[in-house]
Amino acid sequence: MIEVKNINKSFREQQVLFDLSSTFEKGKVNLIIGQSGHGKSVLAKCMVGLHEIDSGQIFFDGRDFAAMDRIEKTQIRQEIGMLFQGSALFDSLTVEQNVMFPLTMFTKMTKKEMQDRVDFCLDRVNLSGKNKLFPSECSGGMQKRVGIARAIAMNPKYLFCDEPNSGLDPITSILIDGLIKDITYEYNITTIVITHDMSSVMEIGDHILFIHKGKNWWEGDRNSIINTENTEIINFVYASEFMKKIRTSMQEKKHI
Amino acid sequence: MKILGNLGKYFLMMKVVFTKPKKWGIFWRLLFNEIQLIGINSIPIVILMSSFMGGVIALQTASNMSSPLLPAYTVGYITQSSTILEFSPTIISLILAGKIGSNIASEIGTMRITEQIDALEIMGVNSLNHLVLPKIIAAILFFPILVIFSMFMSLMGGYISLVLSDLTSTETYILGIRAFFEVGNIHYALTKTVVFGFIIVSVSSFYGYYAKGGALQVGESSTKAVVVSMVCILIANFLLTQMILL
Repeated sequence: MIEVKNINKSFREQQVLFDLSSTFEKGKVNLIIGQSGHGKSVLAKCMVGLHEIDSGQIFFDGRDFAAMDRIEKTQIRQEIGMLFQGSALFDSLTVEQNVMFPLTMFTKMTKKEMQDRVDFCLDRVNLSGKNKLFPSECSGGMQKRVGIARAIAMNPKYLFCDEPNSGLDPITSILIDGLIKDITYEYNITTIVITHDMSSVMEIGDHILFIHKGKNWWEGDRNSIINTENTEIINFVYASEFMKKIRTSMQEKKHI
Repeated sequence: MKILGNLGKYFLMMKVVFTKPKKWGIFWRLLFNEIQLIGINSIPIVILMSSFMGGVIALQTASNMSSPLLPAYTVGYITQSSTILEFSPTIISLILAGKIGSNIASEIGTMRITEQIDALEIMGVNSLNHLVLPKIIAAILFFPILVIFSMFMSLMGGYISLVLSDLTSTETYILGIRAFFEVGNIHYALTKTVVFGFIIVSVSSFYGYYAKGGALQVGESSTKAVVVSMVCILIANFLLTQMILL
């Protein structure tokens, strides 16, 4: 479980996060949604330590991350897996070497054990046999899957996914969503997904945090987001004409 | 103020770079890879530049020597001293600043904007130590070898051009390059080279590591890395000459 309490974060004069608090539970897919520029990615980067917070606390299963020194933070980071928006695979390494990288850096596994683990992770994301490809030879969806395989290689307790569906077609998006959901339930990890994709919200959102103007504006699950009367949520979720029509027809059905 | 800020940031970066590698096995692998990229891959350009520049230095010296009072071996002597004191350590370093500096800044800059450095940090890897230290050590180890190679090729270039132009004999040229030879000059040249290698790699890594934005900004960082490296080399050359030779 990850808890953030009263987080404030500014970049020079501009405050991005305002006294933001929330709890992301273990074994659930926690989504952070909101408009671009309202602080979603900043919150995630604060949580993994890429940005220092101005004030507040971040607890990883009760351990205060913000109060830790560099060595303690390094240890916590080995429990974190992260899937980046652009996958962030190392260009000079093959798919296999990318997945093996954290194992070679932080474990004392033998070559055989590492190879078995890599094969297992690649098999888990349906990429068996693609070991020797370079990232530039993989499609966008394959790169995301390699990113997931690398993120789970160390058996993380916490999985962060930054816009995992950006730039992917709807079918591949569903596949990636399914993988994230399955991995979360299978390994009982705390997963946090930053997304704009409303189909992801409806498909995998066990807990949804809506950030608006750097504040915790709304929290709930995928069922309550449909029925909420919160204006900002409605404007965000039902932004397109198509979604507005769906909402109208749903409301009409309710009245009937 | 910005210069002072960058200077402070540079020294803080160096403090993080010079820490113990997490795994020595990985460090050695990266070091040999960097020796290949920074050192061995630079040999062709060093051969090309040094041979032709040595030839030109020798020919220009010969063509400007009209006084009968000067001994014939002076051409070889001037070629030797210009090569050892300035051409090989300084000019070759400036050329390598362009080749290696832009390569390092764009490589690390691209890693920054594609979040590969963030990925390393989140894994708990000291990204500066992992990416920059092997490059610095490779440059410090291999730049002197490149410069010794350059000295040899430059003197060979001078010899070939003079002999082919029938401006001097083999014996006279060899006598010239051996005349007034001081081992201290080699030490001076190699000391400069180590410092220049460090400057090129560390400055270029600094501009790459702190690159922001997109491809355009990586290009700008790469240009800045080369320009600042060259300026730092010229300043360091002046200071080292003051300290060692005078």
